[in-house]
Amino acid sequence: MADLRVNFAGIKAPNPFWLASAPPTNSGYQVQRAFEAGWGGAVWKTLGDPILNVSSRFAGTSYNGQRVAGFNNIELITDRPLEVNLKEIYETKKKYPHHAVIASLMVEPNQAAWHDIVKRVQDVGVDGFELNFGCPHGMAERGMGAASGQVPELVEKQTYWAKEVAEVPVIVKLTPNITDITATAYAAVQGGADAISMINTINSLAGVDLDSWNTIPNVAGKGAHGGYCGPAVKPIALNMVAECARNPEINVPISGMGGVSTWQDAVEFMLMGAGSIQVCTAAMHHGFSIVEDMVDGLNNYLDEKGIANLDGIVGKSVEKYSDWGNLDLNYKVVARINNDTCINCNKCHIACEDASHQCIDMLKDTSGEPILRVREEDCVGCNLCSIVCPVDGAIDMVEIPNGEPMTWNERQAAIKAPVCNS
Amino acid sequence: MHLNRVKNKKISLDDLRVNFSEIEPALTQKEAMDEANRCLYCYDAPCIQACPTGINIPSFIKKIASGNLKGSAKVIMEANPVGASCARVCPTEELCEGACVLNDASLPIMIGNLQRHATNWAIENNAQLFEAGQVNGKKVAIIGGGPAGLSSARELARLGYEVTIFEAKEKAGGLDTFGIVSFRLPQEISLWEVQQVENLGVTIHTNTKVGRDIQVEEIINNYDAVILAIGMSKVPMLGIEGEDAEGVYDAIEFVENTKTPPLDHQFVGKRIAVIGAGNTAIDAATCSVRLGAADVKMVYRRTEAEMTAYEFEYEFAKQDGVEFRWLTQPTKIIKDESGKVKALECVNMELGEPDESGRRRPVQVPNSTFTMEVDAVIKAIGQTRYTSLIEEFGLEHNWGVVKIDTETHQTSNPKVYAAGDVIFGDGQGDAMVVTAAQQGKLTAHAIHQKFIAENQVAIESR
Repeated sequence: MADLRVNFAGIKAPNPFWLASAPPTNSGYQVQRAFEAGWGGAVWKTLGDPILNVSSRFAGTSYNGQRVAGFNNIELITDRPLEVNLKEIYETKKKYPHHAVIASLMVEPNQAAWHDIVKRVQDVGVDGFELNFGCPHGMAERGMGAASGQVPELVEKQTYWAKEVAEVPVIVKLTPNITDITATAYAAVQGGADAISMINTINSLAGVDLDSWNTIPNVAGKGAHGGYCGPAVKPIALNMVAECARNPEINVPISGMGGVSTWQDAVEFMLMGAGSIQVCTAAMHHGFSIVEDMVDGLNNYLDEKGIANLDGIVGKSVEKYSDWGNLDLNYKVVARINNDTCINCNKCHIACEDASHQCIDMLKDTSGEPILRVREEDCVGCNLCSIVCPVDGAIDMVEIPNGEPMTWNERQAAIKAPVCNS
Repeated sequence: MHLNRVKNKKISLDDLRVNFSEIEPALTQKEAMDEANRCLYCYDAPCIQACPTGINIPSFIKKIASGNLKGSAKVIMEANPVGASCARVCPTEELCEGACVLNDASLPIMIGNLQRHATNWAIENNAQLFEAGQVNGKKVAIIGGGPAGLSSARELARLGYEVTIFEAKEKAGGLDTFGIVSFRLPQEISLWEVQQVENLGVTIHTNTKVGRDIQVEEIINNYDAVILAIGMSKVPMLGIEGEDAEGVYDAIEFVENTKTPPLDHQFVGKRIAVIGAGNTAIDAATCSVRLGAADVKMVYRRTEAEMTAYEFEYEFAKQDGVEFRWLTQPTKIIKDESGKVKALECVNMELGEPDESGRRRPVQVPNSTFTMEVDAVIKAIGQTRYTSLIEEFGLEHNWGVVKIDTETHQTSNPKVYAAGDVIFGDGQGDAMVVTAAQQGKLTAHAIHQKFIAENQVAIESR
């Protein structure tokens, strides 16, 4: 049994899987059910001045029959009175003293407002705060959420105000709706954040109904952009986590989220620097019980690798993430088709023929059976064939020796270096 | 057919109609979407190559997945004018589904069922998928309104020909309408295909038997081309004593009687012997079970290994409780005093040396005669040919199998073409609906090519 406990910027939890601030953490009832199901922590649905919500709030995107490949919402922060939430936070923490209960907060960019809410929430006993500078819809129109999270000065200032009175760790949750997330991450660090978390949702319109021509979702025939999350956003989130993790000036722990659905996704985020993992869409799609396999799968993975605890994986791939200019131009892989495993769907052939470098031939073997073969001298190692191949193990991308390593940056430096004519 | 999808296997003795409703349920919307999304959309897909009519299967499946059911049905029917029937009767395990690349990785796509799903949409939405071509002034007569005849008619009508079908029965569709058991192919499916063809302006004279109601000469003289698509005839005589007994049936006619209401109740609780072990024999046996027979035996002089029925048909008959009596040769039908079938006298056989077809020839076991008590005997030992009509047309043939130029489908009379079961046999083709459909299509195209070429010559010599 690997040790899955985390101490994330001082916030302790039995495991790294936390529910993100969202509909599943709306109430004490839900959070307590989640803890019973095995979640290690929960970030309570954002507290602030209670708002009014609209009816018809969510939309899923399907891909080839797969439901909830992506998920879009226009729900705002909590619509319950602060006193009710505080009472339930108090009760939950009392019942589950070893689980992480973190309060997500959002108020207008005003020092007094931040001081007031931090103090009131802290009084009921939370393990930490998460400042919501990320929600892209609704609240942003009122100058909160993503609207303040897109302005580094506002991120820094509000973090500072929260930190002035906070006695527990403060995590700053960042919006991905910005050109360079390291700019706001850096601002959070400058403001004194104990940790950062990302990503919040991405501005989105889930779809348009082909018959009514209404937006999806629509509220009485009108729509407004929502926030996008779910499996489809994982690569975007993973990059943002990795970019922050490899930036030496952003030297605080990162809570990673965005499309995490399985323990495998979680390991990827951890390898790229996430010290804890937040999940929402997967729980909304399948219920709280999905955490069981996340915990079990992570544990088995660590055991299989002979790794005792999460320190053995967190951040271990960060040094492998760099700039394009540092990639070896002489590295070469080529596709090799294993005709014993290949089922002859010819998808690799047509993908290569129409969309890549025309190097996979459809041939017959000596007994007249169809086979596919790569002309390796023409293969650029793009991976497309192995990506479209429906059968694991039918196409290997094989490394072949190809001279001394040379990156673009090294090459440019070599060209600029004075030539010695002797 | 996917036997695992067959739900209700109980036979009702009160309402026989229930027993003849389609046994494999249509795919639900979700099943169809899940299955369509599972298709890999192969390039140069082997399923297309395995389809005798060359339906672009990945294309029609992709269209189901995208919600374009009209487009999907059109892709199917474009290649195969009886594609709704074929969705139900094709031996898909031997054709498209047998070739599906997923056989090697998981489970093949249920192509037949998806084809049924898409064509069902067209039927339910009363979609007319094709239009008649611009009239070109040429007239073609088609003898026989079965799959081959309908297929050639549809193609010719789209190319602007004035097409007339002469059909001996009261409805067109041939075996699809009358010969395939209802629980596999309901008659209305075939009749929809007939309607699709009629909607292109094709005239179908039903109840019109060539040689009786209209003369061969008249047809030859009045049309620019003639297509002979008359199929095959009755089951031949067994050549044994007692064959004239009341209660001896021709399998084709027996099945045909179940296609038009009302269903015959006289077989409830009866014992029936079916002679033969081909697909028609299986149809007769499973129809017997559905007509309420208490005991159905298939009597075959060879063994399981030599039977010509498809594997899934055999499985289906076994699931229906049909008993198989291998190496059993009927020698006499014993009648009671009123002339009704009472018993079947048989001898046991054993396999000897291979015959010309490569199958081991059954040889009688001496002194092995025995009788089985039965109330009816159904003969399913192949079909005879409409030899006299073929001869009235003056066409060359081998034992009723019309000889054609395989390129042009022209018979020994260049004005007369032939397609479907009338050219099946003697090493030529397959007796599948889908093959007949393809031959009909190719014949239509051959006729068109000929007229285009003639037209070209006429223009050039002007």
